[in-house]
Amino acid sequence: MKARLRFRLNGKVVETEVETHWRLLDLLRDGLGLTGTKEGCGAGECGACTVLCDGEAVNACLMLALEAEDREIRTVEGLVGPGGRLSAVQRAFVEEGGAQCGFCSPGMVMSAQALLLEDPDPSEERIREALTGNLCRCTGYKQIVAAIRRAASLRRSEAGEGERGEAGGEG
Amino acid sequence: MTGTRFVGTKFPRPEAPDKVSGRALYIHDVVRPGMLHGAIKHSAHAHARILRIDTSRAEALPGVEAVITGFDTPELRVGFLRENRALKRDKVRNQRDEIAAVAARDPETARRALELIEVEYEVLPAVFDPVEAMREGAPRIHEVDGRGRPTRDNRVPMECRHHSGDLEAAKERSAFRVAGDYEVPWIQQSCMGTAGCIAEFDANGDLTVWAKTQIPFLAQRDFNRALEEMGLEGRNTRVIVTTLGGGFGTGLDTHCYEYIAILLAHRTGRPVKVLMDREEEFRYLSPRQSARVHIEQGCDEEGRLTYREVRVLQDNGAYASWGATFPTVMLLPVTSLYKVPVVHFDAEIVYTNNTYAQAMRGYGNPEVTMAIESNLDELALAAGIDRLEIRRINCNEPGEVTPMGARVGSCGLRACIEACAEKLDWRAKPGRNGRLRGVGMASMLHVGGSGRIYRSDASGIILKLDDFGNVNVFYGGVEMGQGLHSTIRLAIADSLGVLPEKVRVNPTDTATCPWDVGTHASRGAFMACNAALEAVRKLRARLFAYCVDLFPREVERALRKQRAGGPPPRPEGGAAPDRSSPPSAEADLSFAQGRAPGDFELEKGLVFVKDGPDAPWAKIPLDRILRAIHFREGGDMLTETAFYDPPSELPDWREGRGNMSAAYTYGAQAVELEVDPETGEVEILRFVSAMDIGKVLNPQALDGQVLGGLAQGLGYALYEEVKTEEGAILNPNFTDYKLPTAHEMAFPVDLVYVETDEPTGPFGAKGAGEPGLVPTAPAIANALRDALGVSLRTLPMTPERILRALDPSAS
Repeated sequence: MKARLRFRLNGKVVETEVETHWRLLDLLRDGLGLTGTKEGCGAGECGACTVLCDGEAVNACLMLALEAEDREIRTVEGLVGPGGRLSAVQRAFVEEGGAQCGFCSPGMVMSAQALLLEDPDPSEERIREALTGNLCRCTGYKQIVAAIRRAASLRRSEAGEGERGEAGGEG
Repeated sequence: MTGTRFVGTKFPRPEAPDKVSGRALYIHDVVRPGMLHGAIKHSAHAHARILRIDTSRAEALPGVEAVITGFDTPELRVGFLRENRALKRDKVRNQRDEIAAVAARDPETARRALELIEVEYEVLPAVFDPVEAMREGAPRIHEVDGRGRPTRDNRVPMECRHHSGDLEAAKERSAFRVAGDYEVPWIQQSCMGTAGCIAEFDANGDLTVWAKTQIPFLAQRDFNRALEEMGLEGRNTRVIVTTLGGGFGTGLDTHCYEYIAILLAHRTGRPVKVLMDREEEFRYLSPRQSARVHIEQGCDEEGRLTYREVRVLQDNGAYASWGATFPTVMLLPVTSLYKVPVVHFDAEIVYTNNTYAQAMRGYGNPEVTMAIESNLDELALAAGIDRLEIRRINCNEPGEVTPMGARVGSCGLRACIEACAEKLDWRAKPGRNGRLRGVGMASMLHVGGSGRIYRSDASGIILKLDDFGNVNVFYGGVEMGQGLHSTIRLAIADSLGVLPEKVRVNPTDTATCPWDVGTHASRGAFMACNAALEAVRKLRARLFAYCVDLFPREVERALRKQRAGGPPPRPEGGAAPDRSSPPSAEADLSFAQGRAPGDFELEKGLVFVKDGPDAPWAKIPLDRILRAIHFREGGDMLTETAFYDPPSELPDWREGRGNMSAAYTYGAQAVELEVDPETGEVEILRFVSAMDIGKVLNPQALDGQVLGGLAQGLGYALYEEVKTEEGAILNPNFTDYKLPTAHEMAFPVDLVYVETDEPTGPFGAKGAGEPGLVPTAPAIANALRDALGVSLRTLPMTPERILRALDPSAS
């Protein structure tokens, strides 16, 4: 059974038909071809499918697509600015080695984005707390935590240059 | 060769931008036109005869394109002992056995169809314990072996042992002797990206498999054999490796699901994807091999080791995958970690009706190092010798030849042990708030110059220079997140003399890359960089030979252009042109004439004469030279290949002898922790890792490997275990199977690297991929003993086990 859905995705209005049983993850990946959002467990345990819903981190595998009605969804693709410029969080992950196999990275990046929207200068403890829903098997998390600290300082220093409007501002 | 400018410096991975922006394509993301989705029906019993399979209802379901079983498809043999089949026909031997498969238009339809397949079984008595499985009259798992010969019992026909020296005499000589029994569990590699593949036939009958593999070329061989079994003799498989969502050993074997995808693709004539979800991966993908280890070690009055006796028993499960070969890797630490004159090692591997295991990072080494290092602490306690001191006394040294014949080149174990002691401040410390505090240490030794377990342990590489000065690299090893491509980039940039951005490592594909045995045994960087260095030597020789004729003309042209007001040559990488020294009208070009190839140098993408003038017009960009070589009559392009096979020996496994690696990596880890005696919870306060890796090639990737290994070691020590009951997996999800999170990894870690400059290593480096987790569990076990006064000999050391150890009378 299908139903109509209207929501904002990465800053643009999307109107589409979805299967009523589809998860937001199915709509993003299979319906709209946004495969940056990953399925690691399908049960809300690993966080690989983390996206922003009205600026807050949610698991796209635990949310029905229809629940996105009238909401603002942002995926990892939506953090990339014009000309393919990576966001501060993405650049920091690249520079600090926060991505190894990279399968958890989109979810990690989105959790970090949500955290920095809420707290532009989080403590290490706060960062670790924000990441407890995101599993990584490669890094031991240290370089991810370092990336998020760097992202925080990048974002602060770029705040004056309009960087925050890039994606996170609308989050 | 130029000095190292990029090797040893922090450089981001070339593939990282795609990964953090969601552009990297994993098997989950790859779609082929007309692709179908496969799903597999697994056994409902641990041991049963298959009487009947009725697929008619599944076939009738709209959207289903094919349903296959072992009865209506060619028999495809799987595994190195060839006793497994892609689809089982006679009987099932464990709960993950594949008995039917469906290809359908979408994954939901395929899974629904599975429920419509009816199977009738005759349940057989089963056995789930390797000791019971060895008893007379135990249910027989395989009545015949892979060659059809009747079996005598449930033992896996794999021999690996080592006996050197007179064990009884050594025991008698020993002033102190300590024995212990250790048990380590199955654990799940838990790649964040689950396993899957796509199989597709072209109209010639040739096969392409997009695979999540670490062994593309061995997979090609396996799949080509499957094509033969399918009656497609002479057809070929091309294996394309997608971005891997983690490897950790899962990709070292070919899997039943891959053969099933091939059968479904052949039956339907369409591409078929088989993708496991998380629960399926827990239930149906081979975990790390479990083991029971009996160990006994002795020392003299001064603490010198007199002997080591190790007996390993492995529950092999229903079929042989690489888990059955773990003893071949255990051999190295058992015979060679510390100086020990007398070593007896025996291993027994037994079929049961449990799941079967394969590789995971460390491959047998963590299993047995847990026993060796934990037992060594107990020996030190028995002998009244400091635990640090006993490690110093028996420390390995450069130049040593160990009982198995391992020839130790560089060895920095002593420095690693000292670094751990110094960083951790090796003193007894009081606990706080009623908690118990302790410190512990463990050493490790692993192959650092690849590990020869096949006759060929080689890696090929192709370097292709193009008209734009790019170095296109074709390497058959697999980037799975460890930073292999990034390391290859730095090594080639330095040795060839170009900027790292110009080195482009292509995706691994058996159709374009030269052969490589696989990315295992911490060999990626060691092998790739050694092969690259050889190819680079050839490239530079050819380039400079062409320069003898071409360079003077190019310099003259550059000079003429500049005099005519053109820009001076632009250094590679977009740096600003150097206008500091405008050429004088009388510039003497004779310096460029009549030069020998050896007079030329290439650095940062500029070709010049070593003792020539230090002027921009006297340095010609590599791409100019390459075009000059190419675009003329009788032109040429520079492509070089190298095939590197390291100086090592294939061991005789029955004797347990042979120098299996070209180099050996050493290390030690130390930990300080606290235990809450009320709850049994362990809190890690800090960790030190000191590793002799020969030379740091790629610091960011190396830190990532060690820290990631340590996190896996922490999980192995304290949290992780695949729990089973009558062969069924009880905890197939991340709620019931606990991985370390950012919270558990919050403790500070000191990373120390000891650089011993290994002669066989590229730039002096040794392998570093696996060692991070090898000594972690015994270091923690030793710290727990220090804190609690009791030994924990079973992993994981959960709060329940800790409380039971503290009070054996408690339930």
